[in-house]
Amino acid sequence: MEPTTVKRILEAALLAAQQPMTAHDLRRMFDEELSSEMLRKLLDELREEWQERPVELVQLASGWRFRTRAEYLPYLERLNPEKPPRYSRAVLETLAIIAYRQPVTRGDIEDIRGVAVNPNVIKTLEERGWIDVVGHRDTPGRPALFATTKQFLDDLGLRSVTELPPLEEINPTLELNHAA
Amino acid sequence: MEAAVEERQPELDLAPVARIYGEPLAALPQDLYIPPDALEIMLDAFEGPLDLLLYLIRKANVDILDIPMAPLTRQYLDYVETMRASNLELAAEYLVMAAMLIEIKSRMLLPRPKAAEGEEVDDPRAELVRRLMEYEQMKIAGQRLNELDQADRDFFWVETLVEKSMAQRLPEVSVDDLKAAWTVILRQAKLKKHHRIEREELSVREHMGIILRALQQHGGFVQFETLFDPAMGPPGLVVHFLAMLELAREKLVEITQTEAFQPIYVRLSDHGTDDSQADS
Repeated sequence: MEPTTVKRILEAALLAAQQPMTAHDLRRMFDEELSSEMLRKLLDELREEWQERPVELVQLASGWRFRTRAEYLPYLERLNPEKPPRYSRAVLETLAIIAYRQPVTRGDIEDIRGVAVNPNVIKTLEERGWIDVVGHRDTPGRPALFATTKQFLDDLGLRSVTELPPLEEINPTLELNHAA
Repeated sequence: MEAAVEERQPELDLAPVARIYGEPLAALPQDLYIPPDALEIMLDAFEGPLDLLLYLIRKANVDILDIPMAPLTRQYLDYVETMRASNLELAAEYLVMAAMLIEIKSRMLLPRPKAAEGEEVDDPRAELVRRLMEYEQMKIAGQRLNELDQADRDFFWVETLVEKSMAQRLPEVSVDDLKAAWTVILRQAKLKKHHRIEREELSVREHMGIILRALQQHGGFVQFETLFDPAMGPPGLVVHFLAMLELAREKLVEITQTEAFQPIYVRLSDHGTDDSQADS
């Protein structure tokens, strides 16, 4: 099969997919062996080809997927005026602690934030599919250990936790304005 | 005022409460003092005692590693007192933090034990500083995460509709499939079949013929009992008996018995043989 044909098939599959497609998924479509290097090369070419378009091909934690470029969102939103709610600082800080310190217990989160964890915060993140319980710490009470999910990485366009924004070095005399 | 607040703590979502009774909050003095009204308003803006402390420290632009405990504690207690005076619901964490601040402050007043050569003296503030820095790190990390493009907020996944009907695929059928289907039909037919009580088609006329034929085969004279086959079943036997009586009535056979309890014999009448054949 011609590489161009293979590429077009990959393109069709990625456009039709309802979720990210792994390399394994994509290779399954072909009778002939499709090497990882070849697949990678074709996907890179595809990404190149879509460069000028309002849609981009991205590689995520759970595979490859097409998505709209962020710059078109203001227009797309007008079609569906119901804006997704912004997350509160409590949710964002809890998410950050889980993402950067995972796996963590509720107690770990409380230690860092200095306040009790509101159950709704955990619920919000769980319902979004961004965190889940990955185990229990072997201490009294066997508290649940939370970690971020693949969907969290996918939804933020990341391939792995290592791609999270690097943590700020805290400047002892940092001015408040710095956080802006 | 809005601008002033944003300048000081941009992540605070204070836009709707930037004015108190129409008075801009810009009058915030430069020292650590914050008007009680402002505190009331900012109550919801802080995520807890660490957040409040961090705000006080950063606002005063003091070195977090060398926190002036006295003014900070006073400021913090002012805040907590205001909250209590306003009957605002005060999270227990704020009181715990107040106790901790006072403890640190009092420990700093005590003469410190002399450190051995090369050893560092424990700073009572160290743990507080560590917690403040870790919290601030996570607070900023949360803001950074929020700045990342987020699915359904900053972009959408592309989902193309696949029109499956364009290439219509007909199902494939094998012989085994047919066989299985047929077996199912048969089984269902059996299950659904009603139990029917049928009228047995027994004809007296037919049995008359059977009797006459049997008589002819045996030379036209047999013992009564031999004409009855128990295999016919009760209805058959009854009909057979009726046929016998009918034959006798029509004088096609003669039934004789020499005396009571002796064998009964059946004999073809000489004249009716041909007619009876036609009847059967």
